[in-house]
Amino acid sequence: MSVNQLPDSRPFKVSFPHMGNYCIPVKTLAEELECEIVLPPKMTRRTLELGARHSPEFVCIPFKYNLGNYIEALEKGANLLIQAGGGCRFGYYGEVQEAILRDLGYDFGMVRLLGGWKLRDHINDFKRVNPRLTMMRALRAYRLALRQTRALDAIEDYVRRNAGFEVEEGAFEQVHAAFLGELDTARDKRTIAEIERRYLAEMATVPTERPDDLLRIGIVGELYVLMEPFSNLFVEKELAKRGVEVHRFVTVSNMVSHGGRKGPEHLADLISRSGDYVRYHLGADGTESVSMTYQLMEQGFDGVLHLKPFGCMPEVNAMAALQRLSREHTFPVLFISYDAQTSETGLQTRLDAFCDMLRMRKQRPGAALTAGPAAERSTA
Amino acid sequence: MSKGYLGVDVGSISTKGVVIDAGGEVLTRSYLWTEGNPVRAVKRVLAELEAQLAGSDDIEVVAVGTTGSARELTGAVLGAQVVKNEITAHAVGTLSRHPDVRTIFEIGGQDSKIIIVRDGVPVDYAMNTLCAAGTGSFLSSQARRLDVPVEEFGEYALRSKRPTKIAGRCTVFAESDLVHKAQIGHKLEDIIAGLCTAIVGNYLNNVGKGKEVLAPIVFQGGVSKNVGVVRAFREATGHEIFVDDDGHLMGALGVALVARDSGLEAPFSFGVRDVAFETVGEECGGCPNDCEVVIVLREEEYLDGWGNRCPRGMERVRTRVCPAEALLAAVE
Repeated sequence: MSVNQLPDSRPFKVSFPHMGNYCIPVKTLAEELECEIVLPPKMTRRTLELGARHSPEFVCIPFKYNLGNYIEALEKGANLLIQAGGGCRFGYYGEVQEAILRDLGYDFGMVRLLGGWKLRDHINDFKRVNPRLTMMRALRAYRLALRQTRALDAIEDYVRRNAGFEVEEGAFEQVHAAFLGELDTARDKRTIAEIERRYLAEMATVPTERPDDLLRIGIVGELYVLMEPFSNLFVEKELAKRGVEVHRFVTVSNMVSHGGRKGPEHLADLISRSGDYVRYHLGADGTESVSMTYQLMEQGFDGVLHLKPFGCMPEVNAMAALQRLSREHTFPVLFISYDAQTSETGLQTRLDAFCDMLRMRKQRPGAALTAGPAAERSTA
Repeated sequence: MSKGYLGVDVGSISTKGVVIDAGGEVLTRSYLWTEGNPVRAVKRVLAELEAQLAGSDDIEVVAVGTTGSARELTGAVLGAQVVKNEITAHAVGTLSRHPDVRTIFEIGGQDSKIIIVRDGVPVDYAMNTLCAAGTGSFLSSQARRLDVPVEEFGEYALRSKRPTKIAGRCTVFAESDLVHKAQIGHKLEDIIAGLCTAIVGNYLNNVGKGKEVLAPIVFQGGVSKNVGVVRAFREATGHEIFVDDDGHLMGALGVALVARDSGLEAPFSFGVRDVAFETVGEECGGCPNDCEVVIVLREEEYLDGWGNRCPRGMERVRTRVCPAEALLAAVE
């Protein structure tokens, strides 16, 4: 159960932090609270500056972005903030952020959804905000939001795989933006399905030129920096600029599919398909990072990018296994840590070098792969 | 008249330039301090290279490559065909000289990197991230503190029989530890040798963490000129450490080779040295993101710019920096 405090002032103006474009389905849910929704302004450097200024220096970067979003939303008049929780420090974000914001003198209420996957608990929390909310209505909203999420993830997956090869720069971004506009107002399943179909078809007609020797890179790591492009310094777009087909598996759709009752089964499956590089759950997304990297290697991907907030414990756990995997199979893994000081230039240099390296390996097929240190060890 | 290829590597501390021929042979080399002014440093490198070339046969530079932390700026100024990150440049440069290398250690002024090579192909690399401990600028600041010219650091270290243990994890702590060791009476050469060992320990534990270091090992970058650090590397890895006389030029050589192989050619004139370049950095102010936009002016005209996240940013800053140009565009 979570502890909620409602604001003294009425009417409620509800807000929540950004993560990618998921504000669209979250808004669909929040509408059932029947109060005004105040979206935080688009992420900018100011968001991070505000968040970082008022956060503990060594807290992970998603905390700072969330806090920045809250401050900017409160400035816009929000008085009821929503926070979720997860299986790492994330589980304690809400408490600490609430204390910081109160110290800053803001007057607001906070709803903390700590029920994990227990929808009933969430809905009971929401009922305190909107007593007219019924279980039926809430479930309907959840289903709708989930349908929007699936459409969003399907379209963005297509963009990741293809934007690197567009003939006209920005062509995919344009279609993507139009899609978001329509999805934002769609409020029934049939319309959402129709929008998804139509935009997938439209994207298929965007002219692309795919070279024969294109690079395929998978992105794994901590969920927030994976899903919030501003926080990862637009790493997917940067890879696309370098002519890379990008694959990512951490999406809200997948998290929902693999969460709840299916959680333990999914984890067991990940561990069984990790080439014995993980034998027990590493916490949060760590297990998935290792297992997916192993699976992508088996599928013939050219390399993997591992992203994490600086100091992210589950992903630090994963790194030890990933480094061994990378060494033993000479499989390229680039590790990137994000915090408030991460420089864009540093990232560019590393991505350039990584892509160059993968291309050099491709030009000499087999060479590096057959005679790597792993092969040496097995003959010894 | 034969073809030449210019490679320029502008780092935080030093600027390096080479001209190579079609066979990859280095015809001329230049190495001097950047002194916080990359454009001026590049012009001085060009002057040195041109003077050296004047004696030899007619060489016509047909392609230019730039690398190092000022590669974008230098690339714009020189009209380079190729602008490459320093990791690729170093790998290509070193591989041209040492095709059998399997590990490249590189310690420069403000960064350090490791490149793992297998069968002539780079397969893994790492670069220091948040911390400058164990890089050249740390060594030079400690040299100043101990009043020993940094160039003589290595010889001092070699004289030491009992290197002092210095905590090398962090620049700040290393410095206070070093002061402490000096105050309690450790010998100067022992402290310097300890510093070299600390730098190597730090490098292998951070940059080299999780990497398989196999011989042959080539060590390069400015710090490779320090024989004390070379010895410490040899002791820590148990392998012979190769230091090329041109070790500091590998980035420049590498990017010259990439420029040669790019197939792109355009006439280049050393006269670019006399052209006035100016850079202007301004915050856009168009939205709360406040991108820091940099614009390069060539003879007061817009040449290139970067740092903007959206096209409007460049437009806004460009209009402010070059009002005449905007006026002209408006008239047209």
